[in-house]
Amino acid sequence: MAEPWQTAEIPGPKKALVITKPKIVSAMIRRAKRPILIVGHEAAEIDLDGESLIDYLIRLSNLAGMPIVATAHTVRYFIDRGFRPDAWMPILDIANRLRDPNWSGLDGNGQYDLAIFVGIQYYMEWVVLSGLKHFSPKLKTISLDRFYQPHASWSFPNLNMKDWIACLKVIEEDLKERGG
Amino acid sequence: MTKKEFLVKIGELKTDIGILKNLELSVGKIIEETWEEKPGPTPFPSITDLREWDFKLLRRYRPFYMPFCDVCCLCTFGKCDLTGDKRGACGLNMAAQQSRIVLLACCIGAATHIAHARHLVEHLIEKFGRDHPIDVGGVNVEVEAPVTRLVCGIRPRKLGDLEDVLDYLEGQVTHLLSATHTGQEGSNLDFESKVLHAGMIDQVGMEIADIAQISAYNFPKADPNAPLVDIGLGVVDASKPVIMVIGHNVPPAVEIVDYLQENGLHDMVEVTGLCCTAIDITRYDPKAKIVGPISWQLRYIRSGIPDVIVVDEQCIRADSLIEAQKIKAPLIAASPKNCLGLPDRTNDPADEIVADLVSGKAPGALILDPEKVGEVAVKTAIQVAPKRRKFKAVPDVKDVIEGAKRCRRCSQCRRACPNDLDIPKAIEDAAKGRLERLAELYDECIGCARCESACPEDLPIHSFIVKAAEKKIKEETYKIRAGRGAIQDVEIREVGGPIVFGEIPGVIAFVGCANYPKGGREIAEMTMEFASRRYIVLTSGCAAMSAAMYKNEEGKTPYEIFHGAFDAGGIVNVGSCVSNPHIAGAAIKIASIFARKNLRANYEEIADYILNRIGAVGVAWGAMSQKAAAIASGFWRLGVPVVVGPHGAKYRRMLLGRKDREEDWYVYDARTGEKVYVGPAPEHLFYAAETKEEAMVMIAKLCMRPSDTTKGRAIKLTHYIDLSRRLLGVMPDDIHLFIRTKADIPITMRDEILKILEEKGWKERKIPDPTLLPRLIRRREE
Repeated sequence: MAEPWQTAEIPGPKKALVITKPKIVSAMIRRAKRPILIVGHEAAEIDLDGESLIDYLIRLSNLAGMPIVATAHTVRYFIDRGFRPDAWMPILDIANRLRDPNWSGLDGNGQYDLAIFVGIQYYMEWVVLSGLKHFSPKLKTISLDRFYQPHASWSFPNLNMKDWIACLKVIEEDLKERGG
Repeated sequence: MTKKEFLVKIGELKTDIGILKNLELSVGKIIEETWEEKPGPTPFPSITDLREWDFKLLRRYRPFYMPFCDVCCLCTFGKCDLTGDKRGACGLNMAAQQSRIVLLACCIGAATHIAHARHLVEHLIEKFGRDHPIDVGGVNVEVEAPVTRLVCGIRPRKLGDLEDVLDYLEGQVTHLLSATHTGQEGSNLDFESKVLHAGMIDQVGMEIADIAQISAYNFPKADPNAPLVDIGLGVVDASKPVIMVIGHNVPPAVEIVDYLQENGLHDMVEVTGLCCTAIDITRYDPKAKIVGPISWQLRYIRSGIPDVIVVDEQCIRADSLIEAQKIKAPLIAASPKNCLGLPDRTNDPADEIVADLVSGKAPGALILDPEKVGEVAVKTAIQVAPKRRKFKAVPDVKDVIEGAKRCRRCSQCRRACPNDLDIPKAIEDAAKGRLERLAELYDECIGCARCESACPEDLPIHSFIVKAAEKKIKEETYKIRAGRGAIQDVEIREVGGPIVFGEIPGVIAFVGCANYPKGGREIAEMTMEFASRRYIVLTSGCAAMSAAMYKNEEGKTPYEIFHGAFDAGGIVNVGSCVSNPHIAGAAIKIASIFARKNLRANYEEIADYILNRIGAVGVAWGAMSQKAAAIASGFWRLGVPVVVGPHGAKYRRMLLGRKDREEDWYVYDARTGEKVYVGPAPEHLFYAAETKEEAMVMIAKLCMRPSDTTKGRAIKLTHYIDLSRRLLGVMPDDIHLFIRTKADIPITMRDEILKILEEKGWKERKIPDPTLLPRLIRRREE
């Protein structure tokens, strides 16, 4: 049983399923018809054993053929690496579009069925995921952060840095081996 | 004023049926009409009178709900699980429940300001008389109460006139609150309309409070050169007896100053304060000192500097009495809304109360008479100071290190911290004798002390942080311009044109509380950036204080660097929380004075004007309270967008536009009746930004309005593009939505932008005389 990272953030009856095996994430990405990756500014502040989380996410996006939406000022960290995200907009703007069944998506091909969130302040991501849980019934959400996000469909439990990095590596390796 | 009480008193009356003695007959109020302006359609509007206007806003800016919790627990049917499309036992769904919670928050906020105004007006009438004139700026301010005139359709002339307005406001709050009862309102959009109504009456309540205190206490009257006063923990002269006032309702603090002056003690005692009482006492006495915003409460008390703590109402820590006892400082509660369990000593002789407080027989006293508070606070401070010798609750360095060694590394402190500060790491360092990391936390700590409550070892972690940052705290010596109050009519005449035409790129108001994601410094940085770009920057409340707490290389603070006039490049502190209506009032006065729109009870038309023409944006970067929610909703109904910091997402509902939905951005051209696409201007009505950088780009964008001239739009686009490039590292991806004709294109970027427009398939379009109100169309097309 996972606990919210911020102790008081108790969600209610419907809580995220815990990602006990990281291959759950890669399997969900593979199974999704229209996955999307949403990256907040904290991703640029996180160091994964000598590389930025941003670098990892670029690889993940390429492996899975998954568009990236950079929120806040995160776009600049992608551009600095020569990678242009598919879009950049405030976290609330992308969330507001994801709850609209008639949204045509970034590419005009329709709404997404899986949204992966990473790098947004815990408490802000918490309420955004709550909005999607309640008002976007067909969308599955995954939190890729290392703290349990109870309003997501799937989330890691609270992990230490070492275990989290190991999980991220498994996801990447699995996508490499079995395709995105 | 338009109403007068009609009262007949008869000492003795002989009639055919007998003799009547001491007959008193009241027939309510009769209208006394002296205001020539024609009344508009909505004087003293009911909770549904402006519903159609609200729905126009809500069709464009749709609510996006982010529930805190899946359940409703407001009645004994519940708890009810409202997850997804479920409904509770009463039939309510999640969208309606969330909007209901927002309405509750705004009712709390509005009631707080209105009750504050009621207490203040009652006290001032008692002291200065019902006929004391309303004067907020002498000959420079003819429109003395723009919000009240707009909403109520009356023109208050005397303190007594304000009571009628308060009667109306109290009635409205009661109606609104009743709508949240189980089995009342069932539509989320109607709840939202009521939220906007709560915000509107909140603005009136605040205006009543501030114009009353400005008039009676002779606060700065629309003075751009209001005095610079001291702010910061380092400005307090701890060698003197120190009185600390906290809260919002200033009469007890005023009486403290008056008592000191009347008894020749003014230079012997320090009067210091936190939060809005501090702002307002410096409007009365520029020698008083502001310690800082709400977050400074614990650190200031625990420093041991205050000898007496006086609390009035709002934003006061509920454990202030407990904290006061830790430093052996007596506490005086001065408001019926915040009695803190203390015995009511209002009718006891002052010297008896002083004796009990000084001896420690009583830790505090409830005194509901501001004059008595003044006397007791001063006498107690003078007598208790030598006994206390600034006894403090902050540990020595040795105690910090020893305490840190007891840390269990459970991380409960970090998990309780609203900003997820890495306290465990700092404590780990401290256990090794290194306090630098603890000192760094000070800059981003909001002073809530949840870390201490969570600690299984009961370590006073907040005090550890304060001790580690001792040097920084001593260097907190800044200047803030005292709250000036209203904006002069002549200032409005001078800048009304440049604002409406877009040549002054925007009016940005930094308001609200201090629940900042990364410390108050971000407020100072944002205010200076926009003032440097020649926006008009306004400040109030805790945000006004945070804006002051910065020094440039020459040691000057923002209020010393920038002027205080309502003009391009100013940083204008209007005052405390209840001064916010001067900001809304400036927008209203632009419509009234510059555009010559009828103001009186003409809410919808003025709001339509502001939404379409006045590039004003509110920023509540650290918004925390229900009052802040109400203040924001008052701006929304007027058509002014509000940006909050990331913690503001916890208000659980945003009002978001969709720039990708072209059909949402049509207005009427009032000249022809034609429907014209104007682009997403402004794009959102209420929105939480993830970071300061994102907020700054969005603020510049939200200043654009459909009526901007081509020159004005080019200026606004220049700032938007420049900020986006500098802070996000990219050219905005939506400039084609804001360029109406090629003349809108900033000249220095012409070639680059023309290329983008070509790629986007952009077509030139007309600039209308924009309105959302069909009744304002002057001539319909055949």
